[in-house]
Amino acid sequence: MSSSRYTISRSSPASRIAATIGVILLIALVAAPWWAGRADMRLLSEIFLYLSLACLWNLLAGYAGLVSVGQQAFVGFGGYMLFALAMFAGISPLAAIPLAGLLGALIAVPVAFLIFRLRGAYFAIGTWVIAEVFRLSFAQVSSLGGGSGTSIPVGIVRSMASSRSMREATTYWLALGMAVLVLVVIYLLLRSRNGLALTAIRDSELASSSYGIDIWRHKFVVYVVTAGLTASTGALIFLQKLRISPDAAFNVNDWTAFVIFIVVIGGIGTLEGPIIGVIVFFLLRETLADLGTTYLLILGLVAIVVMLKAPKGIWGLIKARYGIELFPLSRRVVDQKSEN
Amino acid sequence: MAPVVELRDLSKSYGAITVADGLSFELGSGEALGVIGPNGAGKTSMFNLITGSIQPDRGSVLFNGKDITRLSAAKRCRLGVARSFQVPQPFTGMTVFENVLVAATHGAGMPSAQANQYCLDMLELTGLIGKANDTAGKLTLLGRKRLELARALCAKPQILLLDEIAGGLTEKECHELVETINTIRTTGISIIWIEHIVHALLSVVDRLIVIDFGRKIADGNPKKTMASKAVQEIYMGVDADA
Repeated sequence: MSSSRYTISRSSPASRIAATIGVILLIALVAAPWWAGRADMRLLSEIFLYLSLACLWNLLAGYAGLVSVGQQAFVGFGGYMLFALAMFAGISPLAAIPLAGLLGALIAVPVAFLIFRLRGAYFAIGTWVIAEVFRLSFAQVSSLGGGSGTSIPVGIVRSMASSRSMREATTYWLALGMAVLVLVVIYLLLRSRNGLALTAIRDSELASSSYGIDIWRHKFVVYVVTAGLTASTGALIFLQKLRISPDAAFNVNDWTAFVIFIVVIGGIGTLEGPIIGVIVFFLLRETLADLGTTYLLILGLVAIVVMLKAPKGIWGLIKARYGIELFPLSRRVVDQKSEN
Repeated sequence: MAPVVELRDLSKSYGAITVADGLSFELGSGEALGVIGPNGAGKTSMFNLITGSIQPDRGSVLFNGKDITRLSAAKRCRLGVARSFQVPQPFTGMTVFENVLVAATHGAGMPSAQANQYCLDMLELTGLIGKANDTAGKLTLLGRKRLELARALCAKPQILLLDEIAGGLTEKECHELVETINTIRTTGISIIWIEHIVHALLSVVDRLIVIDFGRKIADGNPKKTMASKAVQEIYMGVDADA
C-alpha cells in the first residue's frame, strides 16, 4: 500500500513553544532564592507541592479511573515516615524523602489488594476509610507524639544546611524538584505504550479489555507509583512545616478536597489541567483568603459553575476550541504529499 | 487440523433469562460464518462468551484446539480474537489513529514502528485515513462503524467477530463495506458476522447459523438455511431476498 507517504509526528508548534517557555520558567524558578523574598519562596514551594499532589491525583482518577478521596493516607504516611526515619534511625531528612516514598509505595501494595475489590463510589469511600485507619494508627504511636503530634528536633533541622537561608533554599529546591519529577514521570508514562493503554482505559474499559489491555495490572501500577510519589511529597510538606500531628497529616480537606478542586477546575484527564487548576486555586486563595468562610463559599461556587458550564475544566474548554496541547502526547498523522 | 474456534455446549443465564442454551459449532480456518436471529436471541451474548467479556455457566470455548474458557478478554485478544461492538465503543478522547494504535500495540503486541505502519495501512483499507487525526468521539455513525472494523483489524486477529457492522448504513455505504470485508477475507482471516441486513451477509458468508432463545436452530448453506422452515417461521413475512 501507499501509506509510506504518511508519517507520524509527536510534536506541534504549540508544544515546542510551550517547551521553550517551560525551560525559561524553570531556570527563573531555580534561581528564585536569589531574587525572591522568603514569603514568596514559601508560597512557591506550597504551589509546587500542590501541583505534585494534583498531577498525581489526576493520573489516578483522570486516567486510571481510580477516584480516591483518601490520598491524605499517603501524604500523612510520608510525613510520618520522614519524622520516624530522621528521629529514630538517624537518617538525614534529605535521604528520608525518597525512602518515605519507597515505603509509601510498599504499603500501597496490600492496600491496593484490599480496596481494588471495591468499585466506583465504594472504592472512594474505601480509600477514605483506609486514610482514617492510618490516622488513628499513627495517633496511637506515643513516640511520635500520639494524638497531639511532634516537632522535628532542632539538631536535625540544623544538620540540613549551614544557615537558615540555605535551609530555606534547600527545601524550596526540593519542592520544585518534586513537582518537576512528578511532571516528568507522568509525561513519560503517558507518552509510552502504557500511557496509550491508560488513556484507552480512561475512555472505555470495555473496549480496552477487549483489545488486549490488562486493566487490573495498569491500575495497580498507577496506584502504587502514585502512592509512592504522594508519600514523598507528603514528606516534603512536613519537612517544611517542621511539625506533624495526625489531624494535620491525614487532613481530607487539605490533601484531597483542595486537590480535587484544582484538578476539576483545571481539567481532569489532561496533563495541562492540574497546572491551570493550581494557578487558579492559588490566585483565588491569595486574593480572597482574608474573607474567611466566604472564601470557601466562593471556591465552592467556582467549582459548581465550572462543573456545569465546562465539565472538562478550563483546559478542556481551551483544547476543544483551539485543539492545542502543551505536552506533546498525541500522535498526528502527517500526509507528506499534501505537505510538500 | 483443529478448527479455529469451537463452541462446546455453551450455556449462560441471567436468572430466568437464558442467553445461551447449549450452543455448539465449529469454525474452520478462513471460513466466513453468518449469524442471524431475532433481537434478544443471544447473538451478541455469544460474542461476549467467545471474547471473554462474560463467563459461561457451562460449556467451553476452544481456540485452535486450546481451551480458552477461563482466559480474560485481554488475553484472548492477544491470542487472536478481535471483535467490533454493536454499539460502537470508540476511545472517545483519542484520535482515530490512536484508537487503532491501541489495538495494534496491545492487542497484536506489535513494536512501535511496525504498529504505526500497520495502522496506517488499515486506515487506508477502511477509508478512514483522511480522518486519522479527528477525535473519535466526534465521528459520525458511519465513521464509528468503520473505526470498529479498522480497530478490530489492527489487533491482527485470526478470527474477526463483526457485530451488526452494516446496521444504519446507506445502500452505497453497505456495498463498500461488503467489498472491504471481501478484501479482508482474502488474507485468510476467519469471520463470524452477526447481521440483520441479510443480502449484505449472504454476499460474503459461506455458511449461516440461526439463533433463537440462545439455541442454534439451523446451520448450513446460507441459501438453503434462509429457505428452511425454521427461518421462515422466525422471519415470518420477511422476504429472504429483500
